[in-house]
Amino acid sequence: MATQAIAIEDAKTGEVEVAVREHPLVVRICHWVNAVALFVMIGSGLQIFRAFPSFGPRVPEKDLIDLPRAFALGGWLGGALQWHLTFAWIYIVTGLVYLAYQIFTGNYRQVLFVPKDFPGIWPMTRHYFFFGPKPPSREPYNALQKQAYTTAILLAVISVVSGFVVWKPVQFSWIGWVMGGFHWARWWHFWAMAATVAFIAGHLVMVILHGWNNFLSMLTGWKKDPEYPVE
Amino acid sequence: MASPMNRREFRKVTRRELFKLAPVAVLGAFAIPGLQKPLLKAGLATSDWISEKLFRAGHLATTFSDAELTPPDKFPINGYDVEDPEVDLDAWSLNVTGAVQKPGAYKLAQIQTLPKIRQNTRHVCVEGWDVIGRFGGVRVSDFLQMVGADTSARFLSVECADDYYETIDMETALHPQSLLCYEMYDQPLTREHGAPLRLSMPTKVGYKQAKYLTDLKVTNLVEKFGYWEDQGYSSFYGL
Repeated sequence: MATQAIAIEDAKTGEVEVAVREHPLVVRICHWVNAVALFVMIGSGLQIFRAFPSFGPRVPEKDLIDLPRAFALGGWLGGALQWHLTFAWIYIVTGLVYLAYQIFTGNYRQVLFVPKDFPGIWPMTRHYFFFGPKPPSREPYNALQKQAYTTAILLAVISVVSGFVVWKPVQFSWIGWVMGGFHWARWWHFWAMAATVAFIAGHLVMVILHGWNNFLSMLTGWKKDPEYPVE
Repeated sequence: MASPMNRREFRKVTRRELFKLAPVAVLGAFAIPGLQKPLLKAGLATSDWISEKLFRAGHLATTFSDAELTPPDKFPINGYDVEDPEVDLDAWSLNVTGAVQKPGAYKLAQIQTLPKIRQNTRHVCVEGWDVIGRFGGVRVSDFLQMVGADTSARFLSVECADDYYETIDMETALHPQSLLCYEMYDQPLTREHGAPLRLSMPTKVGYKQAKYLTDLKVTNLVEKFGYWEDQGYSSFYGL
Protein backbone atom coordinates (compact mmCIF):
# COMPACT_ATOMS: atom_id res chain seq x y z
CA MET A 1 0.00 0.00 0.00
CA ALA A 2 1.29 3.39 -0.85
CA THR A 3 1.56 5.00 2.54
CA GLN A 4 3.21 8.39 2.59
CA ALA A 5 6.45 8.16 4.56
CA ILE A 6 9.19 10.59 5.53
CA ALA A 7 12.53 10.44 7.29
CA ILE A 8 13.09 12.68 10.29
CA GLU A 9 16.62 13.64 11.14
CA ASP A 10 17.79 14.74 14.56
CA ALA A 11 19.85 17.88 13.93
CA LYS A 12 22.29 17.12 16.78
CA THR A 13 22.83 13.39 16.69
CA GLY A 14 22.10 12.83 13.03
CA GLU A 15 19.79 9.95 14.01
CA VAL A 16 17.13 9.21 11.45
CA GLU A 17 13.58 8.11 12.30
CA VAL A 18 10.84 7.12 9.92
CA ALA A 19 7.30 8.46 10.13
CA VAL A 20 4.28 7.40 8.12
CA ARG A 21 1.03 9.15 7.45
CA GLU A 22 -1.31 6.48 8.71
CA HIS A 23 -4.68 8.22 9.11
CA PRO A 24 -5.98 10.71 6.54
CA LEU A 25 -7.69 13.82 7.91
CA VAL A 26 -11.18 12.72 6.86
CA VAL A 27 -10.77 9.44 8.75
CA ARG A 28 -9.52 11.23 11.86
CA ILE A 29 -12.37 13.74 11.87
CA CYS A 30 -14.95 11.01 11.35
CA HIS A 31 -13.36 8.92 14.09
CA TRP A 32 -13.61 11.65 16.73
CA VAL A 33 -17.03 12.91 15.70
CA ASN A 34 -18.35 9.37 15.85
CA ALA A 35 -16.68 8.75 19.20
CA VAL A 36 -18.70 11.67 20.61
CA ALA A 37 -21.86 10.65 18.75
CA LEU A 38 -21.64 7.06 20.01
CA PHE A 39 -21.16 8.25 23.57
CA VAL A 40 -24.27 10.45 23.31
CA MET A 41 -26.36 7.83 21.52
CA ILE A 42 -25.51 5.04 23.94
CA GLY A 43 -26.30 7.23 26.96
CA SER A 44 -29.54 8.62 25.55
CA GLY A 45 -30.44 5.18 24.17
CA LEU A 46 -30.28 3.76 27.68
CA GLN A 47 -32.57 6.56 28.88
CA ILE A 48 -35.02 5.71 26.09
CA PHE A 49 -34.81 2.04 27.03
CA ARG A 50 -35.67 2.88 30.63
CA ALA A 51 -39.14 3.97 29.47
CA PHE A 52 -39.90 0.34 28.53
CA PRO A 53 -37.03 -1.87 29.67
CA SER A 54 -38.21 -4.91 27.82
CA PHE A 55 -38.49 -6.53 24.42
CA GLY A 56 -41.46 -8.07 22.70
CA PRO A 57 -45.11 -7.26 23.25
CA ARG A 58 -46.52 -4.95 25.89
CA VAL A 59 -48.14 -7.86 27.71
CA PRO A 60 -46.85 -9.54 29.68
CA GLU A 61 -44.26 -6.90 30.36
CA LYS A 62 -41.14 -7.91 32.15
CA ASP A 63 -38.52 -5.39 33.12
CA LEU A 64 -35.55 -7.27 31.79
CA ILE A 65 -32.77 -4.97 32.79
CA ASP A 66 -32.87 -2.26 35.40
CA LEU A 67 -30.35 0.26 34.18
CA PRO A 68 -28.91 2.68 36.67
CA ARG A 69 -29.82 6.30 36.05
CA ALA A 70 -26.16 7.29 36.10
CA PHE A 71 -25.57 5.77 32.64
CA ALA A 72 -28.55 7.51 31.11
CA LEU A 73 -28.47 10.82 29.27
CA GLY A 74 -31.18 13.31 28.40
CA GLY A 75 -33.07 13.58 31.68
CA TRP A 76 -36.42 12.27 30.44
CA LEU A 77 -37.75 10.32 27.49
CA GLY A 78 -38.41 13.41 25.34
CA GLY A 79 -34.99 14.88 26.07
CA ALA A 80 -33.26 11.57 25.43
CA LEU A 81 -35.05 11.22 22.09
CA GLN A 82 -33.85 14.68 21.07
CA TRP A 83 -30.24 13.84 21.92
CA HIS A 84 -30.46 10.40 20.38
CA LEU A 85 -31.88 11.51 17.04
CA THR A 86 -29.81 14.69 16.73
CA PHE A 87 -26.62 12.67 17.11
CA ALA A 88 -28.00 9.88 14.95
CA TRP A 89 -28.08 12.35 12.02
CA ILE A 90 -24.53 13.48 12.81
CA TYR A 91 -23.46 9.83 13.04
CA ILE A 92 -25.13 8.91 9.77
CA VAL A 93 -23.64 11.87 7.89
CA THR A 94 -20.10 11.23 9.13
CA GLY A 95 -20.60 7.51 8.55
CA LEU A 96 -21.52 8.13 4.93
CA VAL A 97 -18.64 10.59 4.46
CA TYR A 98 -16.27 8.00 5.95
CA LEU A 99 -17.53 5.16 3.77
CA ALA A 100 -17.46 7.28 0.61
CA TYR A 101 -13.93 8.48 1.38
CA GLN A 102 -12.64 4.99 2.11
CA ILE A 103 -14.15 3.56 -1.05
CA PHE A 104 -13.16 6.35 -3.44
CA THR A 105 -9.58 6.67 -2.21
CA GLY A 106 -9.02 2.95 -1.80
CA ASN A 107 -8.03 3.56 1.79
CA TYR A 108 -10.52 0.89 2.85
CA ARG A 109 -7.81 -1.69 2.18
CA GLN A 110 -6.19 -0.58 5.43
CA VAL A 111 -9.14 -1.75 7.54
CA LEU A 112 -11.32 -4.08 5.51
CA PHE A 113 -11.03 -7.69 6.57
CA VAL A 114 -10.76 -9.89 3.48
CA PRO A 115 -10.44 -13.67 3.07
CA LYS A 116 -6.66 -13.45 2.75
CA ASP A 117 -6.54 -12.19 6.35
CA PHE A 118 -7.90 -15.47 7.73
CA PRO A 119 -4.50 -17.17 8.15
CA GLY A 120 -3.34 -14.22 10.24
CA ILE A 121 -6.05 -14.63 12.87
CA TRP A 122 -4.64 -17.50 14.87
CA PRO A 123 -1.03 -16.23 15.20
CA MET A 124 -2.32 -12.84 16.41
CA THR A 125 -4.81 -14.44 18.82
CA ARG A 126 -2.00 -16.61 20.20
CA HIS A 127 0.17 -13.54 20.61
CA TYR A 128 -2.51 -11.40 22.31
CA PHE A 129 -4.05 -13.99 24.61
CA PHE A 130 -1.61 -16.89 25.03
CA PHE A 131 1.83 -15.24 25.13
CA GLY A 132 2.71 -16.54 21.68
CA PRO A 133 5.46 -14.99 19.56
CA LYS A 134 4.63 -11.75 17.83
CA PRO A 135 3.92 -12.32 14.16
CA PRO A 136 5.81 -9.96 11.84
CA SER A 137 3.68 -7.03 10.73
CA ARG A 138 3.55 -6.08 7.10
CA GLU A 139 0.85 -3.44 7.11
CA PRO A 140 -0.73 -0.91 9.49
CA TYR A 141 -3.39 -3.30 10.77
CA ASN A 142 -3.01 -6.97 11.57
CA ALA A 143 -5.70 -9.56 10.84
CA LEU A 144 -7.37 -9.22 14.24
CA GLN A 145 -7.46 -5.45 14.03
CA LYS A 146 -9.00 -5.59 10.58
CA GLN A 147 -11.53 -8.10 11.85
CA ALA A 148 -12.41 -5.83 14.79
CA TYR A 149 -12.72 -2.64 12.75
CA THR A 150 -14.68 -4.30 9.97
CA THR A 151 -17.06 -5.73 12.58
CA ALA A 152 -17.44 -2.31 14.21
CA ILE A 153 -18.44 -0.79 10.87
CA LEU A 154 -20.95 -3.60 10.27
CA LEU A 155 -22.39 -3.02 13.74
CA ALA A 156 -22.80 0.66 12.90
CA VAL A 157 -24.75 -0.25 9.77
CA ILE A 158 -26.95 -2.68 11.73
CA SER A 159 -27.58 -0.05 14.43
CA VAL A 160 -28.63 2.56 11.89
CA VAL A 161 -30.86 0.22 9.88
CA SER A 162 -32.56 -1.30 12.95
CA GLY A 163 -32.88 2.22 14.38
CA PHE A 164 -34.87 3.28 11.33
CA VAL A 165 -37.19 0.29 11.79
CA VAL A 166 -37.77 1.07 15.47
CA TRP A 167 -38.41 4.73 14.61
CA LYS A 168 -40.53 4.14 11.49
CA PRO A 169 -41.97 0.61 11.69
CA VAL A 170 -44.69 1.38 9.14
CA GLN A 171 -42.52 2.99 6.45
CA PHE A 172 -39.74 0.39 6.87
CA SER A 173 -42.02 -2.57 7.53
CA TRP A 174 -40.20 -4.67 4.94
CA ILE A 175 -36.83 -4.25 6.69
CA GLY A 176 -38.64 -5.04 9.95
CA TRP A 177 -39.93 -8.19 8.31
CA VAL A 178 -36.36 -9.15 7.35
CA MET A 179 -35.30 -8.61 10.98
CA GLY A 180 -38.05 -10.91 12.20
CA GLY A 181 -40.72 -8.31 12.91
CA PHE A 182 -41.14 -5.04 14.76
CA HIS A 183 -40.32 -6.56 18.16
CA TRP A 184 -37.12 -8.07 16.87
CA ALA A 185 -35.90 -4.76 15.39
CA ARG A 186 -35.73 -3.35 18.91
CA TRP A 187 -33.72 -6.39 19.93
CA TRP A 188 -31.33 -5.99 16.95
CA HIS A 189 -30.84 -2.34 17.84
CA PHE A 190 -30.03 -3.27 21.43
CA TRP A 191 -27.58 -6.08 20.76
CA ALA A 192 -25.76 -4.05 18.09
CA MET A 193 -25.31 -1.37 20.79
CA ALA A 194 -24.09 -3.96 23.33
CA ALA A 195 -21.61 -5.40 20.80
CA THR A 196 -20.41 -1.88 19.97
CA VAL A 197 -19.82 -1.24 23.68
CA ALA A 198 -17.80 -4.47 23.85
CA PHE A 199 -15.79 -3.32 20.82
CA ILE A 200 -15.12 0.07 22.41
CA ALA A 201 -13.92 -1.60 25.63
CA GLY A 202 -11.50 -3.83 23.73
CA HIS A 203 -10.45 -0.92 21.51
CA LEU A 204 -9.61 1.25 24.53
CA VAL A 205 -7.58 -1.54 26.18
CA MET A 206 -5.55 -2.00 23.00
CA VAL A 207 -5.04 1.74 22.59
CA ILE A 208 -3.64 1.93 26.11
CA LEU A 209 -1.41 -1.10 25.54
CA HIS A 210 -0.05 0.32 22.29
CA GLY A 211 0.99 3.55 23.93
CA TRP A 212 1.22 7.23 23.20
CA ASN A 213 2.87 7.13 19.78
CA ASN A 214 0.06 5.01 18.41
CA PHE A 215 -2.63 7.15 20.07
CA LEU A 216 -1.09 10.32 18.59
CA SER A 217 -1.46 8.91 15.10
CA MET A 218 -5.26 9.22 15.35
CA LEU A 219 -4.79 12.90 16.24
CA THR A 220 -2.00 14.01 13.90
CA GLY A 221 -2.24 11.28 11.31
CA TRP A 222 1.49 10.57 11.58
CA LYS A 223 3.07 7.60 13.28
CA LYS A 224 6.75 7.48 14.11
CA ASP A 225 8.74 4.27 13.82
CA PRO A 226 5.94 2.08 12.50
CA GLU A 227 6.29 -1.63 13.18
CA TYR A 228 5.66 -2.46 9.58
CA PRO A 229 8.10 -1.82 6.71
CA VAL A 230 7.60 1.25 4.53
CA GLU A 231 8.93 1.96 1.09
CA MET B 1 11.00 8.47 0.45
CA ALA B 2 11.34 12.24 0.40
CA SER B 3 14.51 13.93 1.63
CA PRO B 4 14.89 13.95 5.45
CA MET B 5 13.07 16.52 7.48
CA ASN B 6 14.41 17.79 10.75
CA ARG B 7 12.61 17.18 14.03
CA ARG B 8 11.36 20.73 14.45
CA GLU B 9 9.86 20.77 10.99
CA PHE B 10 8.13 17.47 11.68
CA ARG B 11 6.69 18.83 14.92
CA LYS B 12 5.28 21.75 12.92
CA VAL B 13 3.70 19.33 10.47
CA THR B 14 2.06 17.26 13.20
CA ARG B 15 0.83 20.33 15.04
CA ARG B 16 -0.75 21.65 11.87
CA GLU B 17 -2.43 18.28 11.38
CA LEU B 18 -3.73 18.40 14.94
CA PHE B 19 -5.28 21.83 14.37
CA LYS B 20 -7.05 20.50 11.31
CA LEU B 21 -9.21 18.48 13.71
CA ALA B 22 -10.75 21.75 14.90
CA PRO B 23 -14.11 21.03 13.21
CA VAL B 24 -14.64 18.24 15.75
CA ALA B 25 -14.56 20.86 18.51
CA VAL B 26 -17.78 22.32 17.06
CA LEU B 27 -19.57 19.45 18.81
CA GLY B 28 -18.47 21.06 22.07
CA ALA B 29 -21.28 23.57 21.47
CA PHE B 30 -23.64 20.87 22.73
CA ALA B 31 -21.97 21.16 26.13
CA ILE B 32 -22.74 24.88 26.44
CA PRO B 33 -26.02 25.22 28.37
CA GLY B 34 -27.17 28.27 26.41
CA LEU B 35 -26.67 26.57 23.07
CA GLN B 36 -27.86 23.11 24.00
CA LYS B 37 -31.56 23.90 23.73
CA PRO B 38 -31.51 25.59 20.30
CA LEU B 39 -29.19 22.89 18.92
CA LEU B 40 -31.43 20.07 20.10
CA LYS B 41 -34.41 21.99 18.78
CA ALA B 42 -32.70 22.15 15.38
CA GLY B 43 -32.05 18.41 15.68
CA LEU B 44 -35.72 17.78 16.42
CA ALA B 45 -36.73 19.95 13.45
CA THR B 46 -34.36 17.91 11.25
CA SER B 47 -35.92 14.67 12.50
CA ASP B 48 -39.42 15.98 11.81
CA TRP B 49 -38.44 17.16 8.36
CA ILE B 50 -37.02 13.71 7.56
CA SER B 51 -40.14 12.10 9.08
CA GLU B 52 -42.34 14.09 6.72
CA LYS B 53 -40.22 13.09 3.73
CA LEU B 54 -40.38 9.42 4.73
CA PHE B 55 -44.16 9.43 5.06
CA ARG B 56 -45.88 7.83 2.07
CA ALA B 57 -49.54 8.76 1.70
CA GLY B 58 -50.41 5.56 -0.14
CA HIS B 59 -48.46 3.15 2.06
CA LEU B 60 -50.69 1.17 4.41
CA ALA B 61 -49.74 0.06 7.89
CA THR B 62 -49.79 -3.68 8.45
CA THR B 63 -53.17 -5.06 9.51
CA PHE B 64 -53.53 -8.13 11.69
CA SER B 65 -55.81 -11.11 12.10
CA ASP B 66 -58.23 -11.30 15.02
CA ALA B 67 -56.03 -14.00 16.57
CA GLU B 68 -53.15 -11.52 16.84
CA LEU B 69 -55.15 -8.94 18.78
CA THR B 70 -54.09 -7.88 22.24
CA PRO B 71 -57.00 -8.88 24.53
CA PRO B 72 -59.24 -5.85 25.18
CA ASP B 73 -58.61 -5.91 28.94
CA LYS B 74 -54.84 -5.77 28.30
CA PHE B 75 -55.00 -2.73 26.03
CA PRO B 76 -53.23 -0.05 28.09
CA ILE B 77 -55.16 2.99 29.23
CA ASN B 78 -52.84 5.96 28.97
CA GLY B 79 -54.79 8.95 30.17
CA TYR B 80 -52.51 11.92 30.54
CA ASP B 81 -54.53 13.45 33.33
CA VAL B 82 -57.70 11.62 34.30
CA GLU B 83 -59.03 8.28 33.16
CA ASP B 84 -62.52 9.67 32.84
CA PRO B 85 -63.21 13.35 32.18
CA GLU B 86 -66.92 12.56 32.67
CA VAL B 87 -68.12 13.50 29.24
CA ASP B 88 -71.93 13.73 29.04
CA LEU B 89 -72.30 11.22 26.20
CA ASP B 90 -75.92 12.16 25.40
CA ALA B 91 -75.23 15.87 25.11
CA TRP B 92 -71.90 15.39 23.33
CA SER B 93 -71.13 16.78 19.90
CA LEU B 94 -68.01 17.51 17.95
CA ASN B 95 -67.52 21.20 17.39
CA VAL B 96 -66.05 21.74 13.93
CA THR B 97 -64.40 25.07 13.05
CA GLY B 98 -61.80 26.57 10.77
CA ALA B 99 -61.44 26.18 7.02
CA VAL B 100 -64.69 24.23 6.52
CA GLN B 101 -67.83 25.03 4.53
CA LYS B 102 -70.16 23.53 7.15
CA PRO B 103 -68.88 24.39 10.59
CA GLY B 104 -70.94 23.50 13.62
CA ALA B 105 -71.75 20.83 16.17
CA TYR B 106 -71.82 17.26 14.82
CA LYS B 107 -73.62 14.58 16.82
CA LEU B 108 -72.17 11.09 16.97
CA ALA B 109 -75.15 9.73 15.00
CA GLN B 110 -74.32 12.13 12.13
CA ILE B 111 -70.71 10.99 12.10
CA GLN B 112 -71.84 7.37 12.13
CA THR B 113 -73.76 7.83 8.88
CA LEU B 114 -70.41 7.73 7.08
CA PRO B 115 -69.02 4.35 5.91
CA LYS B 116 -67.77 2.33 8.85
CA ILE B 117 -64.23 1.02 8.77
CA ARG B 118 -62.94 -1.72 11.06
CA GLN B 119 -59.23 -2.46 11.21
CA ASN B 120 -56.81 -4.40 13.42
CA THR B 121 -53.73 -2.23 13.64
CA ARG B 122 -50.70 -1.71 15.81
CA HIS B 123 -50.67 1.03 18.40
CA VAL B 124 -47.04 2.04 19.07
CA CYS B 125 -46.14 4.07 22.13
CA VAL B 126 -43.23 6.52 22.13
CA GLU B 127 -41.98 4.55 25.16
CA GLY B 128 -41.28 1.55 22.96
CA TRP B 129 -44.14 -0.83 23.66
CA ASP B 130 -46.95 -1.67 21.30
CA VAL B 131 -50.29 -3.46 21.25
CA ILE B 132 -52.55 -4.61 18.45
CA GLY B 133 -56.08 -3.34 18.77
CA ARG B 134 -59.30 -3.53 16.81
CA PHE B 135 -60.57 -0.10 15.94
CA GLY B 136 -63.82 0.92 14.32
CA GLY B 137 -64.93 4.29 13.05
CA VAL B 138 -65.10 6.54 10.03
CA ARG B 139 -62.27 7.77 7.88
CA VAL B 140 -61.07 11.22 8.86
CA SER B 141 -60.98 11.98 5.14
CA ASP B 142 -64.69 11.08 4.77
CA PHE B 143 -65.58 13.31 7.67
CA LEU B 144 -63.51 16.17 6.26
CA GLN B 145 -65.42 15.80 3.00
CA MET B 146 -68.73 15.80 4.92
CA VAL B 147 -67.93 19.11 6.59
CA GLY B 148 -66.55 20.57 3.37
CA ALA B 149 -63.02 21.02 4.69
CA ASP B 150 -60.35 22.78 2.70
CA THR B 151 -57.89 19.89 2.54
CA SER B 152 -55.17 22.17 1.22
CA ALA B 153 -54.93 23.50 4.78
CA ARG B 154 -51.89 22.21 6.63
CA PHE B 155 -53.33 20.95 9.86
CA LEU B 156 -56.14 19.33 11.72
CA SER B 157 -56.18 20.42 15.36
CA VAL B 158 -58.25 18.68 17.98
CA GLU B 159 -59.13 19.50 21.56
CA CYS B 160 -60.25 17.04 24.15
CA ALA B 161 -62.50 16.90 27.20
CA ASP B 162 -59.51 16.19 29.43
CA ASP B 163 -57.72 19.34 28.16
CA TYR B 164 -55.41 17.28 25.99
CA TYR B 165 -54.84 18.70 22.52
CA GLU B 166 -53.19 17.51 19.32
CA THR B 167 -52.36 18.61 15.79
CA ILE B 168 -52.16 16.30 12.81
CA ASP B 169 -50.66 17.16 9.42
CA MET B 170 -53.26 17.07 6.65
CA GLU B 171 -51.45 14.35 4.70
CA THR B 172 -51.74 11.92 7.60
CA ALA B 173 -55.31 13.02 8.34
CA LEU B 174 -56.23 12.06 4.77
CA HIS B 175 -54.50 8.66 4.99
CA PRO B 176 -57.07 5.90 4.34
CA GLN B 177 -56.34 4.24 7.70
CA SER B 178 -56.74 7.41 9.77
CA LEU B 179 -60.00 7.08 11.70
CA LEU B 180 -62.33 9.07 13.86
CA CYS B 181 -62.80 6.05 16.08
CA TYR B 182 -65.96 5.34 18.08
CA GLU B 183 -65.51 1.59 18.59
CA MET B 184 -62.82 -0.65 19.97
CA TYR B 185 -63.15 -4.41 19.72
CA ASP B 186 -66.58 -3.95 18.09
CA GLN B 187 -67.95 -2.24 21.21
CA PRO B 188 -68.67 1.46 21.67
CA LEU B 189 -65.59 3.22 23.05
CA THR B 190 -65.38 2.82 26.79
CA ARG B 191 -64.87 5.92 28.91
CA GLU B 192 -61.23 5.11 29.68
CA HIS B 193 -60.46 4.66 25.98
CA GLY B 194 -61.81 8.08 25.09
CA ALA B 195 -65.60 7.85 24.70
CA PRO B 196 -67.34 8.86 22.63
CA LEU B 197 -64.77 9.68 19.92
CA ARG B 198 -61.00 9.42 19.57
CA LEU B 199 -58.38 9.37 16.86
CA SER B 200 -56.83 6.14 15.61
CA MET B 201 -54.06 6.53 13.05
CA PRO B 202 -51.78 3.51 12.61
CA THR B 203 -49.21 5.69 10.82
CA LYS B 204 -48.73 7.84 13.92
CA VAL B 205 -47.23 7.25 17.35
CA GLY B 206 -49.48 6.72 20.39
CA TYR B 207 -49.53 10.20 21.89
CA LYS B 208 -51.10 11.55 18.71
CA GLN B 209 -54.17 9.29 19.13
CA ALA B 210 -56.12 11.88 21.11
CA LYS B 211 -59.14 10.69 23.13
CA TYR B 212 -62.39 12.39 24.29
CA LEU B 213 -62.51 14.66 21.21
CA THR B 214 -64.62 17.77 21.62
CA ASP B 215 -63.29 20.21 19.02
CA LEU B 216 -61.87 19.81 15.56
CA LYS B 217 -60.35 22.64 13.56
CA VAL B 218 -59.00 22.74 10.02
CA THR B 219 -56.29 25.35 9.97
CA ASN B 220 -52.99 26.64 8.65
CA LEU B 221 -51.94 28.17 11.92
CA VAL B 222 -51.55 26.50 15.28
CA GLU B 223 -50.67 28.25 18.49
CA LYS B 224 -50.37 25.18 20.66
CA PHE B 225 -49.27 22.12 18.69
CA GLY B 226 -49.90 19.28 21.07
CA TYR B 227 -49.69 18.47 24.74
CA TRP B 228 -46.50 16.41 24.46
CA GLU B 229 -45.08 18.19 21.43
CA ASP B 230 -45.09 21.46 23.33
CA GLN B 231 -42.86 19.79 25.90
CA GLY B 232 -40.29 18.60 23.38
CA TYR B 233 -41.66 15.51 21.67
CA SER B 234 -41.61 15.23 17.89
CA SER B 235 -44.52 17.08 16.31
CA PHE B 236 -44.77 14.83 13.25
CA TYR B 237 -43.83 11.44 14.68
CA GLY B 238 -45.06 9.28 11.86
CA LEU B 239 -44.38 5.58 12.10
